[in-house]
Amino acid sequence: MAKPLADPPAEAKLPQPDVAREWLATMVLIRRFEERAGEMYAKAKVGGFLHLSIGEEATIVGSARALRDDDYLISTYRSHGHAIVRGTSPDAVMAELFGRVDGCSKGRGGSMHMFDLSRRFMGGYGIVGGNLPIAAGMALASDYRGLDEVTLCQFGDGASNQGTFGETMNLAALWRLPVVFMVTNNQFGMGTSLERHSAVTDLQRKGEGFGVPGMRCDGMDVLDTHTVTCEALRIAREERRPVLVEAVTYRFRGHSMADPEEYRTKDQVEEWRKRDPIEVFGDRLVAEGVLEEDERLRIDAQAVQRVDAAVAFADASEHPAPDSLYDDVYVLGEQVQGWYSVDERTPTPHRGEDERAMGGARLPAGGAYEQAVEQAAPESAGDKPADAAQDEAD
Amino acid sequence: MAVLRYREALNAALREEMARDENVMLMGEDIGVFNGAFKVTAGLLEEFGEKRVRDTPISENTIVGMGVGAAMTGLRPVVELMTINFSLLAMDQIVNHAAAIHYMFGGQVKVPLVVRMPQGAGHQLGPTHSHSFEALFLHVPGLLVAVPTTAADAKGLLKAAIRDDNPVVFIEHEYLYGQRGDVPDDDDCTLRFGEAAIRREGGDVTIVGISRMALTSQRAATVLAEEHEIEAEVIDPRTLRPLDLDKILASVRKTNRCVIVEEGWPHGGVGANLAALVQEQAFDDLDAPVMRVTGADVPMPYSKPLEQIAFPHEPQVVDAVLATFRDL
Ligand SMILES: Cc1ncc(C[n+]2csc(CCOP(=O)(O)OP(=O)(O)O)c2C)c(N)n1
Ligand SMILES: [Mg+2]
Repeated sequence: MAKPLADPPAEAKLPQPDVAREWLATMVLIRRFEERAGEMYAKAKVGGFLHLSIGEEATIVGSARALRDDDYLISTYRSHGHAIVRGTSPDAVMAELFGRVDGCSKGRGGSMHMFDLSRRFMGGYGIVGGNLPIAAGMALASDYRGLDEVTLCQFGDGASNQGTFGETMNLAALWRLPVVFMVTNNQFGMGTSLERHSAVTDLQRKGEGFGVPGMRCDGMDVLDTHTVTCEALRIAREERRPVLVEAVTYRFRGHSMADPEEYRTKDQVEEWRKRDPIEVFGDRLVAEGVLEEDERLRIDAQAVQRVDAAVAFADASEHPAPDSLYDDVYVLGEQVQGWYSVDERTPTPHRGEDERAMGGARLPAGGAYEQAVEQAAPESAGDKPADAAQDEAD
Repeated sequence: MAVLRYREALNAALREEMARDENVMLMGEDIGVFNGAFKVTAGLLEEFGEKRVRDTPISENTIVGMGVGAAMTGLRPVVELMTINFSLLAMDQIVNHAAAIHYMFGGQVKVPLVVRMPQGAGHQLGPTHSHSFEALFLHVPGLLVAVPTTAADAKGLLKAAIRDDNPVVFIEHEYLYGQRGDVPDDDDCTLRFGEAAIRREGGDVTIVGISRMALTSQRAATVLAEEHEIEAEVIDPRTLRPLDLDKILASVRKTNRCVIVEEGWPHGGVGANLAALVQEQAFDDLDAPVMRVTGADVPMPYSKPLEQIAFPHEPQVVDAVLATFRDL
């Protein structure tokens, strides 16, 4: 399926105007946020791998807006949008990208590992396929406790080849767990196209042999994605059956920031860009009189402003203190009174009273921490060294 | 001799061995059309075709397992895993199968498989992409384990690994891929596993540096000489199984002090194992306890300053060496 869906679903009726406008505004916010994140990466404000979902916003917003507040959402390393759509502040997401204490994972996780428990955004995961069993486990807990929450699990077409896919489908079907698996088919797993990595390219059918029925939505269409996800969630919630939804979409940018994109043609990208989910939905809202042209511009300006504020917030946020390195390795309590009570190399008695100070005492001298902080300072942020960028191919 | 980057030296080893033996074939995620996540396999698909350079789906345990099966029946597969953390998904095939098969079937069948992967911190890849797991593989009887530091060693050891009949876990380093070094052009220049390299001679203390830490140790040795009048002998073991313990012990007998530097976690680490061996076999020659310098005992954080203090740099090595002189 290298082409956009040949027969996009018949146009469904728009939701209430304020709902439709909110969907558009959220897609725009995610787009502007990620564009800016890319710029911050080029300025070496953001490190590691940065995977953008540009082009996939309708899949993200359409599906997440089908969730109730008490449902769980779990995603991959490509999940800035999933955090934002759940209501995590762009400030906290940007601060995470900057590796700062106010980041939604306190600077520990970075782009690939966003998390916001309070909004039941149960995380981005860096191991392809690692989140599938975890999602089923969340559904198990909901079912076990007699709650009617559903878990929505997002993963990629490439992840559908991981052993966890089949194993999780089977168990979820066997135990009738309330989970919706959404395979975000953006046509590629890194540089390998769908037909080169999966024998079955009709991904909605890939769960059938395990007892998980499939559905498909046009992932470039926020409305269709919403409609189909609503039905899938209903089945999971009411009929106690897992469902696999394939969202057919496309990522407009490279797999990560350092991707020469030699595995696809410019023409293919252009063809998909014509179906830009934000443009298409915005046009429709204007055409149907739900949105004035100037309001559309205002939505965009507000998103840009919001992202500016997020960058300023992230830049002002502190780096995690050196003596916080060992925080949260363990839950402290009866068994583990301090991190060093499980580290026999510490010279002095193993008691929990002076955790932080002990951490400090063990930290290396030599200025590596200070140097890294200095390099991240606003005035010294420059371009990423070419060599580093080259080495960060994934 | 040619000056090559470490990644280019690995590429040359693969190319030469594929040209030499048609049973050598490559499997891995994005090694073909994409040219490899770290470009080690660049150009090989073009040169050898899709039969011998296979892009695989994201299925680590299964591609390693297929490597095992193919190796048992006549091929010499080289499987690339994008990052050492992903080898954990293939641990079943590596430990329960590749390592055990020759033994559990009474020596009837061999598993000439190479599983290559990079490790290491420093690129802010966070808690699922940045670790150093050589100790996990060192733990397993039946596996050979290589941890090359220089471009020449990368080439010579990879060629040797491909030609050997044992399963080899070949651990590269993300930081080292871009480093240049002199590399012999000779197609038949392989290195022997179990031969350590002495990177710097010295009579005052033995520093054993694993993988990238061999370089960190060399820089620390320069500081020790310039600022503390301590002449360190720096040893790069190059392979951990087999390990050139003789060379390490000979050095310790000369210097009477030993510091082991690794990037991985301290508990059950390479240093823990080596310190035990050194004290068992050279206790009377030691003037101070064997010291370890290791990565911090934490999952790797994303934050750059935190990451920087979570793996060793020269100052920690210098401190550890000075500590061995403290009682004098
Ligand atoms: C277990 C594992 N293997 C390999 C990788 C490297 N990797 C990261 S993303 C990716 C491609 C995944 O493709 P897909 O599931 O389609 O998701 P997409 O990136 O397209 O969103 C790969 C191979 C990884 N992170 N984890
Ligand atoms: Mg994909």
